[in-house]
Amino acid sequence: MDNVSRLLTLMTGDEKHDPASHSTLDVLRVLYERVLDVSPESVRSPRRDRFLLSKGHGPAAYYAVLCDRGFFPESWLPTWGAFDSPLGFHPDRNLVPGVEISSGSLGHGLPLAVGVALGLRAQDLDARVVVLVGDAELDEGSNHEALELAAALGLDALTVVVVDNRSTSYAVPGRIAQRFAVEGWDVAIVDGRDRARLERALTERPVGRPNVVVADVADQEAAA
Amino acid sequence: MTATVSRIVRDPRAQLGLTVTDLLDADFSTALVWAEISGRFFADAVRRHPDRVVNVGIREQLLVNVGAGFALTGMRPIVHTFGSFLVERGFEQIKLGFGHQGVGGVLVGGGGSFDASRGGRTHQVPGDVALLDTLPDIAIHAPGTSAETDEVLRRAVAADGLHYVRIVEQTNTESFHGPGLHVVRRGAGATVVALGPVLDEVLAATTDLDVTVLYAHDVRPFDASTLRSVLTVPDVVVIEPWLAGTSTRVVSDALRDVPHRLLSLGTRRMELRRYGTPAEHQRAHGLDAAGIRRSLESFLDGIRER
Repeated sequence: MDNVSRLLTLMTGDEKHDPASHSTLDVLRVLYERVLDVSPESVRSPRRDRFLLSKGHGPAAYYAVLCDRGFFPESWLPTWGAFDSPLGFHPDRNLVPGVEISSGSLGHGLPLAVGVALGLRAQDLDARVVVLVGDAELDEGSNHEALELAAALGLDALTVVVVDNRSTSYAVPGRIAQRFAVEGWDVAIVDGRDRARLERALTERPVGRPNVVVADVADQEAAA
Repeated sequence: MTATVSRIVRDPRAQLGLTVTDLLDADFSTALVWAEISGRFFADAVRRHPDRVVNVGIREQLLVNVGAGFALTGMRPIVHTFGSFLVERGFEQIKLGFGHQGVGGVLVGGGGSFDASRGGRTHQVPGDVALLDTLPDIAIHAPGTSAETDEVLRRAVAADGLHYVRIVEQTNTESFHGPGLHVVRRGAGATVVALGPVLDEVLAATTDLDVTVLYAHDVRPFDASTLRSVLTVPDVVVIEPWLAGTSTRVVSDALRDVPHRLLSLGTRRMELRRYGTPAEHQRAHGLDAAGIRRSLESFLDGIRER
């Protein structure tokens, strides 16, 4: 068992959110271990890359990865969700080092990320903004306001990762990729458990427009 | 930041454009996020600061969170559209994007309770102050003149935290500068508190009454200490040109250890379903001088004449 897997076993009590948590695990590991330029040392630097977990439910994998990267001590994990714990079942940026946004209510992360990307651009800060949303989270109309504007303004610092575990009630095959593509986003669809492909998709990106990576994690969950 | 002498124009919305443009010129950490509305007042700002002035289109949920996103990068956002769309459509964005994230900004809502008297309910926001008052630590300003609009905007942008500035066409004659309650007139009788652009009507309604008149364009935090220090007879009347009773809580809290009577005047809760002019709406809500006078007379037992 590697360290992140071991850290995950320290958190119990949020079984309701288990599938949501584990669907994001590979994406989170690739981002923090191979893609993002952010660390406990640079967590307050204006030039750090930003990762925004919009889909704030099921944050066990997120906490395990942040803990593994050294953002906070391992001793925080076993008591998560307790009254005195900084680790809630939805993360709070004011309580947890390395957490960029407090999330939980769906449909806020991508609009916030558009604002963050605009703020960085206005200050000539060359940092990336990566936001993770769920496929059912895209039900929320606020996302569509944001993805339209991001493309219209050519926010190429912005990357959206859609973790697609087929959880939306009214799925239309191919809709997510087409929805972004029609607005002018660069689109990649990858196996959400294939870390090498995730790394490539999350590293290569075009100039002048934002990109989306649809991480397909549906089959593995069905099989599991 | 360069020191500037403010140019003051008559229309508070045009003043918003001038003052915000001046603030954007002077301070590179400021940003303006807007949503199609009031574009004619922002033309210079758009031209001069394309990276810090962003029109999000007709997307008010996005409007608020883009402002909050700017704040997450350390900038000071000014966020503007009609108050109804800013506060009510995007309320969760205000609560979470600013409040729960713990970042600040200056929300500027236009139109108020009845600027759009002909526009109907969709463009009227009498509940904005009450709704925003559910948020911890928000500062709420209702400037009564263009000069106050200029001052309040500069103060809110220079400060920290979350601010709401309520800009309407209706204005008072006299400007009062600085935070808190201003003592407009002192009398031996009741204390009448006018909040925002309702002072002219209050003064006209009380001209022959021996009452104290207080005025503030800073609605929250409420200046409890001035109210307590001027209180003589423990009869208090609060008059605010938005939902009646909005400030009852803060006045009751200010006088929690003082037996007192309180009359709260403001817009009525029932939907009017009338068009016409703002003045007609004021009258329909009993917020014109005659309406205020009627309410005062029925409330104040043995009304005192000066």
